[in-house]
Amino acid sequence: MSTDQNILVKLNNAGLQLNNKWLVKGVSLQVEKGKIVTLIGPNGSGKSTTAKIALGIYKKIDGSVEKYTNKVGYVPQKISIDWTLPLRVNDFMILTESLNKETIDEALSLTGVIHLKDKNLGDLSGGEFQRVLLARAISKKPDLLVLDEPVQGVDFTGEIALYELIKKISDELSCGILLISHDLHTVMSATDFVVCLNGHVCCSGSPMDVVKNNEYKALFGEQASQILARYEHKHDHIHTNEGEIKKN
Amino acid sequence: MFDDFFIRALVAGIGVAFVTGPLGCFVIWRRLSYFGDTLAHSALLGVTLAFTMEFNIAISVFVISSMIALILIQLQKKTNLPGDALLGLLAHSSLAVGLVVIGFLTFIRFDIMGLLFGDILAVSVDDLLIIWIGGALILLVLKLIWKPLFASTVNYELAEAEGLNPDRAKAIFTILMAAIIAISIKMVGLLLITGMLIIPAAMARNLSSSPQSMVIYSILGGLLSVIIGLFTSLEFNTSSGPSIITAALLLFILSLFKIKQSIKLKN
Repeated sequence: MSTDQNILVKLNNAGLQLNNKWLVKGVSLQVEKGKIVTLIGPNGSGKSTTAKIALGIYKKIDGSVEKYTNKVGYVPQKISIDWTLPLRVNDFMILTESLNKETIDEALSLTGVIHLKDKNLGDLSGGEFQRVLLARAISKKPDLLVLDEPVQGVDFTGEIALYELIKKISDELSCGILLISHDLHTVMSATDFVVCLNGHVCCSGSPMDVVKNNEYKALFGEQASQILARYEHKHDHIHTNEGEIKKN
Repeated sequence: MFDDFFIRALVAGIGVAFVTGPLGCFVIWRRLSYFGDTLAHSALLGVTLAFTMEFNIAISVFVISSMIALILIQLQKKTNLPGDALLGLLAHSSLAVGLVVIGFLTFIRFDIMGLLFGDILAVSVDDLLIIWIGGALILLVLKLIWKPLFASTVNYELAEAEGLNPDRAKAIFTILMAAIIAISIKMVGLLLITGMLIIPAAMARNLSSSPQSMVIYSILGGLLSVIIGLFTSLEFNTSSGPSIITAALLLFILSLFKIKQSIKLKN
């Protein structure tokens, strides 16, 4: 065995071409037990595609992907549930694995949606549904968690609590996490390894290394690179008295 | 006890309803009603083949329907035509070819109405065996593939990502569809089989809030439709298929009152 036992999934120069257009190209990364790897990058830079390659959803890929576990929890970026399916939160929790009541209740409590257990999935708000998705992914105690913008639409305080929960889960279950996030503050404070994508890997390394990288600065702006250095709260726009949004 | 044709028809219909209940739910969830129709139309070819070669109808229909399903999958891969166009192409061309072949079989007396709309007089003890053994097998296989099939119905990528092999489940489900059409053709007739699959399931959707309860209501709806339909068929000398489907429709209309109530409660 030449591979490290802690490796859960490994991408070797992986890429995906659709209709003669590269969605993402030449990505190499690995997720290990107990580590959080975060993908950042602008819209359309191939973050979700990379996550799906790692999950083995695409069959015809360039390069290779080695997956060493089948216990996977996945929170997709978008998911549409058909109204033709009568599906309650409880039914959704046992979708891919049979779980007992205690496990389901525990996971739903952790993400703060235990009171929605018997509700129809179609009746949930965006933020509530996101919490259910996260609960479902963690309830099966996976080795590998792939979270594609897991807190989208969640309220501000909830967002912080959920990121803390994700960090806690990675420590407690010692599972590996592949995270896609837009929140650079969180990414930089809670991540072990950052991969910055822009159709290809533009830079990668520890958060400290990445913020110093020139390509990262070019992609996200000078301000983003100061997140770690000064760690002060700054917005890229201000609200004028007339209620307009003005770019800095 | 099976000497009476009506008892045979009743036992056969009950067997069919147990299988169409759960399969029909998947037909609705996965939006496969036109796919079901296509397989059913192609069954005519299977029947004519069975007559020419003096072969068992159910097996011959099963083989032809499976082949049509395979051809459909190949065409979907090879052409740029939309799915519904391919379904229409296969449905009508296989029906047409079947009818042309019947035209050549002048030496056989053919009850084409019975074939299209079902005939309770035609159910033999052998048919009962095929329905109950075949039906039990279909249900057993469906139970085995339930998790990957249901998970991929909700979300394909989730099922694939979490290691459930949804493609295999889908392929097996296609074969189950061909099988249910093969065993229920004598009861309901090939033009109305899809109705037997989707109408009780549609009724069940109006009454249920979880997938399990929808399957149970769907089976109950199918059983009631068969019983009411067959008694009507006996009483008024109508074809069994249309009578069963009409009964199912009435149950569906009744179920609409239930939705109205629950919508009122919500507001």
